[in-house]
Amino acid sequence: MMHTTHDDNPITKERRDRFLKRQSIIEMRARQRAQAILDPGSFRELLGPFDRMESPWLPLEGIVPESDDGVIVARGQLGGRPAVIMAIEGAFQGGGMGEVSASKIAGALGLARRDCEIGKPILPVLLLETGGVRLQEANLGEAVVAEIHAEIIALRRKVPVIGVINGMVGCFGGMSITAGLCSYLVVLPQARLELNGPEVIEQEAGIDEFDASDKHLIWSLMGGEQRYETGFADALIEDDVSALRQTLQSLAARGVPTRHRSENVDEYRRRLARIDPAAPPDGPGLRHIWPKGETQ
Amino acid sequence: MSATTSLSSRGRIWFQALADKAQPVNTGLESVVVADASWGGERVRLLAIVPDPQNRFPRARHGELGLEEGWTLAHHVREAISADRSGTKRPIIAIVDVQSQAYGRIESLLGIHLSLAAAADAYATARMAGHPVVALIVGTALSGGLLAHGDQAHRLLALDDPQVVIQAMRKQSAARVTRRTVEELDELGKTIIPMAYDIRQFAKLGLLHELITGVDADAPPAVQIARVKERLAAAIADIRKNPGDLTSRLNNPDAKVHRAASIEVRRRLAEQWEV
Amino acid sequence: METLNFEYEAKGSLTRRAHVGVVGSGDLEVLIEPSGKPTAEVRVRTSVDGYTQVWKDVLDRFFARFGRAARVEINDFGATPGTVTLRLEQAAEEARS
Repeated sequence: MMHTTHDDNPITKERRDRFLKRQSIIEMRARQRAQAILDPGSFRELLGPFDRMESPWLPLEGIVPESDDGVIVARGQLGGRPAVIMAIEGAFQGGGMGEVSASKIAGALGLARRDCEIGKPILPVLLLETGGVRLQEANLGEAVVAEIHAEIIALRRKVPVIGVINGMVGCFGGMSITAGLCSYLVVLPQARLELNGPEVIEQEAGIDEFDASDKHLIWSLMGGEQRYETGFADALIEDDVSALRQTLQSLAARGVPTRHRSENVDEYRRRLARIDPAAPPDGPGLRHIWPKGETQ
Repeated sequence: MSATTSLSSRGRIWFQALADKAQPVNTGLESVVVADASWGGERVRLLAIVPDPQNRFPRARHGELGLEEGWTLAHHVREAISADRSGTKRPIIAIVDVQSQAYGRIESLLGIHLSLAAAADAYATARMAGHPVVALIVGTALSGGLLAHGDQAHRLLALDDPQVVIQAMRKQSAARVTRRTVEELDELGKTIIPMAYDIRQFAKLGLLHELITGVDADAPPAVQIARVKERLAAAIADIRKNPGDLTSRLNNPDAKVHRAASIEVRRRLAEQWEV
Repeated sequence: METLNFEYEAKGSLTRRAHVGVVGSGDLEVLIEPSGKPTAEVRVRTSVDGYTQVWKDVLDRFFARFGRAARVEINDFGATPGTVTLRLEQAAEEARS
């Protein structure tokens, strides 16, 4: 039996077609994400799998290394302009930063800076899917993360450094500081951004204060939408590559911000002084007192 | 005084020793101490995190680097940058003894990641503005705390002492997360240098400018304090001759052996950068 | 971690190289390159010890069909034989395309 459905309504059909054409970023691997972000045909990977720049430390600990150590560095174009994507593969060792993986990022940022200094601007984009420092490389991972921070702070004076938190692993540990240093931060609702992992917070603060199995609580504190609504991120996008490409280009077009959020010291000291730790706001409550769009 | 209490006050001990008669700057927080010491006629800004059992944020009472601590450090570093804009850039010394970052629900909600980013940003900005920035590690220097307060220095110095520990995570937690025993971690640290908790092993990585030996880290007599001051002054002079960024941590003999991969990655990236 | 090495006769050569997969839980990466030798050489690094025979069976079946001279590297983090076969076939298809 035939029947007409709402699907024939032109507005709904267009929306449905767009929904079906959506390409999920979350479902992609890091390399595919980098390929999908860059203009078609422009992707060129540096230190790719066949260069075999692996971790020198993991095999010593009986852990199988990955040929690219979990970071993809790719040059190409974004909207016709030179860009370099540094994409972390969250499936390998939880995206943990080791000596090589972190050095790929720090090194690429340094080369981008050199290019900017000689009048060849290049847009740096970091795809942050990482638990922080790779514990199996501890102090070297940490040292090179510090070098990433140094590179970003220098580079972002010349060109906006854009971070994207685009997956289920989230962005934690020393790499959450990296996110905090970016000129612009793009998040998905599924993202999480926080210095400390939920399990560690539960361990240190106790389950009454923080229950790591309470997903609602976690996302209300550190989830993508919460971070965007309280001014810790600049764009909240749906899980779609073309939305990401568009957002990256429009953020890049804004140029270097007059002041980065990590430089907004007086404002944040004032805001914290007005909070009573004995009667703190909850996630939704914070959105009223620390609204988005006022942190840079 | 228990061992733990005296350990967690190493920051205060060394801050007071190095600040000597200098009047502390009013930071508004008991947990952040700042002073402009006078060394050989030159003004040197010292900063440290110390325990504050009355901290209004309960998770930052034992020398942790919490929300207000990060932003306050940032403020006082930037204050020095502003004040010295048209004059001599005073050296800035981070005295590092940080139990960890603060962990808690409020810390999470209110963006402790950005607070630490602000501190790191301020130190790096001072470094780039021409201030010699030095970190002196006198106690614990765990991950987030060190990234925010010390790691952006031109040069890292540490006291050679068993309780001077630089690491990514507390041993018990690291054991849990990597599914090993503490004994297994200790064993690994003997051959895998980046995993060691021993400062002498750490020194082999080429990240430290100097490991200062022969100093009583808990109760230094005047002559040892003077020596540490002298080593810091020497580091400052070295920076003034050779400022640069953090690349001194790569261009040294230890790094060439134990950070060979860090160097090779950069070299090969540079080779492949242009088609 | 175990490292296993295998060698197979080759009946043809490869012109392209290919890479698939990630070293994630239950997954593996495969690198295939032309070898310039008359045989195919395989190196497997696996996080799960004691499955040499299973690897041999999977690789025997694969090379019976694939048969090209290649250098194959596998970095495995506990994938099932089915996943290993899938990745090998994905890599082979990419290398032949």
